[in-house]
Amino acid sequence: MTDRVEHPTQPVAPAAMGTPLRRVDGLEKVTGRARYTVEHSGGPEVPGDPLHLWLVTSTVARGRVRRIDADDALAHDGVVAVLDHTSAPRLAETENGELAILQDDRIRFRGQIVALVLAETSESAREGARLVRVDQVEEPHRAEFRDADATDRPAEVNGGMETDTDDGDVEAGLAEAAIRIERTYRTAHEHNNPLEPHATVAWWDEADGRARLTMFDSTQGVHATAATLAPMLGLEPDQVRVRAPYVGGGFGSKGEAHAPVMAVCLAARTTGGRAVRLAVTRQQMFALTGYRTATTSHLRLGARADGTLLAIEHRALSQTSRVREFAEQTAVPSRMMYAAPHRRTTHRLARLDVAVPSWMRAPGEMPGMHAQEVALDELAVACGVDPVDLRVRNEPAVDPENGKPWGDRRLVECLERGAEAFGWAERPAEPGTVVDGEWWVGTGVASATYPASLAAGNAARVTALDGGRYAVAIGAVDIGTGARTVLTQIAADALGCAPDVIDLAIADSTLPVATVAGGSTGISSWGTAIVAAAQLFRADHGEHPDPGVATTASAAADPARAEYAHHSFGAVFAETRVHRYTGEVRVTRLHGTYAVGRVLNPATAHSQLVGGLVMGLSAALLEEGHRDPRFGHTVTQDLATYHVATHADVLDVDAAWLADPDLVASPMGSRGIGEIGIVGTSAAIANAVFHATGVRVRSIPITPDLLVR
Amino acid sequence: MDREIRLTVDGEPRTVTVDVRTTLLDALRERLDVVAPKKGCDHGQCGSCTVLLDGRRHLTCLKLAVSADGAEVVTADGLAADGTLHPVQEAFLAHDAYQCGYCTPGQVCSAVGLLTESAGEDLSDDDIREQMSGNLCRCGAYRGILAAVRQAAREVRR
Repeated sequence: MTDRVEHPTQPVAPAAMGTPLRRVDGLEKVTGRARYTVEHSGGPEVPGDPLHLWLVTSTVARGRVRRIDADDALAHDGVVAVLDHTSAPRLAETENGELAILQDDRIRFRGQIVALVLAETSESAREGARLVRVDQVEEPHRAEFRDADATDRPAEVNGGMETDTDDGDVEAGLAEAAIRIERTYRTAHEHNNPLEPHATVAWWDEADGRARLTMFDSTQGVHATAATLAPMLGLEPDQVRVRAPYVGGGFGSKGEAHAPVMAVCLAARTTGGRAVRLAVTRQQMFALTGYRTATTSHLRLGARADGTLLAIEHRALSQTSRVREFAEQTAVPSRMMYAAPHRRTTHRLARLDVAVPSWMRAPGEMPGMHAQEVALDELAVACGVDPVDLRVRNEPAVDPENGKPWGDRRLVECLERGAEAFGWAERPAEPGTVVDGEWWVGTGVASATYPASLAAGNAARVTALDGGRYAVAIGAVDIGTGARTVLTQIAADALGCAPDVIDLAIADSTLPVATVAGGSTGISSWGTAIVAAAQLFRADHGEHPDPGVATTASAAADPARAEYAHHSFGAVFAETRVHRYTGEVRVTRLHGTYAVGRVLNPATAHSQLVGGLVMGLSAALLEEGHRDPRFGHTVTQDLATYHVATHADVLDVDAAWLADPDLVASPMGSRGIGEIGIVGTSAAIANAVFHATGVRVRSIPITPDLLVR
Repeated sequence: MDREIRLTVDGEPRTVTVDVRTTLLDALRERLDVVAPKKGCDHGQCGSCTVLLDGRRHLTCLKLAVSADGAEVVTADGLAADGTLHPVQEAFLAHDAYQCGYCTPGQVCSAVGLLTESAGEDLSDDDIREQMSGNLCRCGAYRGILAAVRQAAREVRR
């Protein structure tokens, strides 16, 4: 890698940015020619004919493996090897308990990897796995998330944020309040379920006398995966090459490496250089690839008679795994969303013998805003104030958490414009008053927010090519967001040329370093690095560079950025129809209006925001990973029993935005849009169900049984 | 136990030896390197593996390869085999009816099958939604898919 320098960025004038450029990889996707991870097995880049790996998993929630009996498996035609904790290669580091598989005999959750079967075909591998006999010693376990057990105080919560905050005097604020809302809200265990199952194909060889591990992996971050795996395998990061040219969705579950990728690395270490391929089964994904923990939110709101908030208390409970801690930051949005002089938030965990929870689209904001925004609707009803007006009345002039001015808040504008477009004014104040045939009809609103962060640690390279073309390289990943297209637009404008002269290379850890496609930071952070490299390239090499000259650069931190609080905001409006006799809920309209800075590509941005709204609808009505505490497993571990929104569930869903650039947030004027669409959506729907029926459901999913009395 | 079967895949005659346990999907993906049909669930629950089997949309993960001996398979790739995209594919591009692209080849084949089944009848939006509901899209691109199928239905009828 060439030396890189830090370069301050200047705002980029839009030409390609802001236009609905068609996806540059669209042809490959609509024809199915795009190769996703395991599909490289038959392609030119993977050597030989890879062995098929199948995972054997534990069937008890806690205990130990006494013995793995592989005799029958090994006798099966095509089975090559069976690895267990006695035979798998040793890891150099085992601190990450989720990834340190097959290093000891402990069983820490049901569905944990206890053996690996390698075979010549997938049929043989699968049958071999069935024939492996796992002699397990079962020990008493705890696998049920109960509020009373969520007493553990983590050192910090996801994102490195404070566990607890306490500003002002919440008890005094509540005592002074004319109106108090004290309620508990719950969200279900949710599973990311990207349509492409987690997958890896990997092989070991040697280069320059050192071991080398090369892989295709379905990941949201090629550099992050290499950096995580390398020290555990006793390698330097440059000894691991990770590529992810096409990734079939992730929604957070491919943000961090999970156990299956390590299974492939370990198995491939034993094959004498032959490649190993694994696609995790849909069923195994429910235990091995992360999920959003169920949450409990105890909310206490105190307000004056006119609805202005005096106090907000949000106590959030969730579960984590004994294998590895993950603390969903559920109460974090309650720290900054509304003006209240007295605010207190806490997070507590139940540490259980369960699979490891992880990131799922808008961790923290999604369940936390659900709770807060339903509570606010209850406050609006109690005060007799319109729910839109209530939010306007509680608009904070500065960020309540740190006193900084807002970079570009504009929530009120989103609420007002959204209300206008939705026809909110025609809504009757009383719930349960609109009936159309066999259906109750109602409308609801909720606010949305998501942090607008820039991730540090990105670099990009610009190289002049023949014929006025430019190669632009960064190890970013397009998991469906449109990154490959939008980064091309950014590079074109930063270099002052047309998008069709840009040859963009991404998704390879041998390219300049890039952070994970997560936290809605991808385009902003990678794009800022591309802008830095392009602007330095022009400064060094001018408008007519000699072919072959190159510049690699990172963006210098902009000191002006730190003076503001950077978040995106939005307003979600929902119309629901609830069947009077069956309790079936249909979301007939779902509209979001967002303040997200400049929209770099209206076509892909619309798909991102609408996709978030659809996933929010899915969470509101359908998604629930049922656990059986007796055995510690997810009962609903396939797509027939874990319901996600189908085409027929999605009616009129639309997204709009305020158009103005935010040039403090990024030199492109843009902010991230990957997650805000799911935030607040389930609350708007829950509030609409209340308005339709007069029944307040304080948990999601809102299933018919909760509505039929 | 292995068997040799013959298939026509995207217009090409292919002969392949399969295990009697091999699904048509795995025969295509793992033995013939035909990767346009995707594996999302392997249980007929997601629709990603949809192809046109003897002209009708079919889930290849629920069919054993040996039972498809002699069949004609057309994948999303084969719909554009002559270098021209099918109107459904053009419409998917025009309406950004996809994000990650993993369900897309199955959606495209399902839509082509739907247009054949409806044989020139008018399809309402609710008809399209219902009859495309065997194909899950976790990115939530249904709005674009609806618009694309609606457009393609108009064009095919013309």
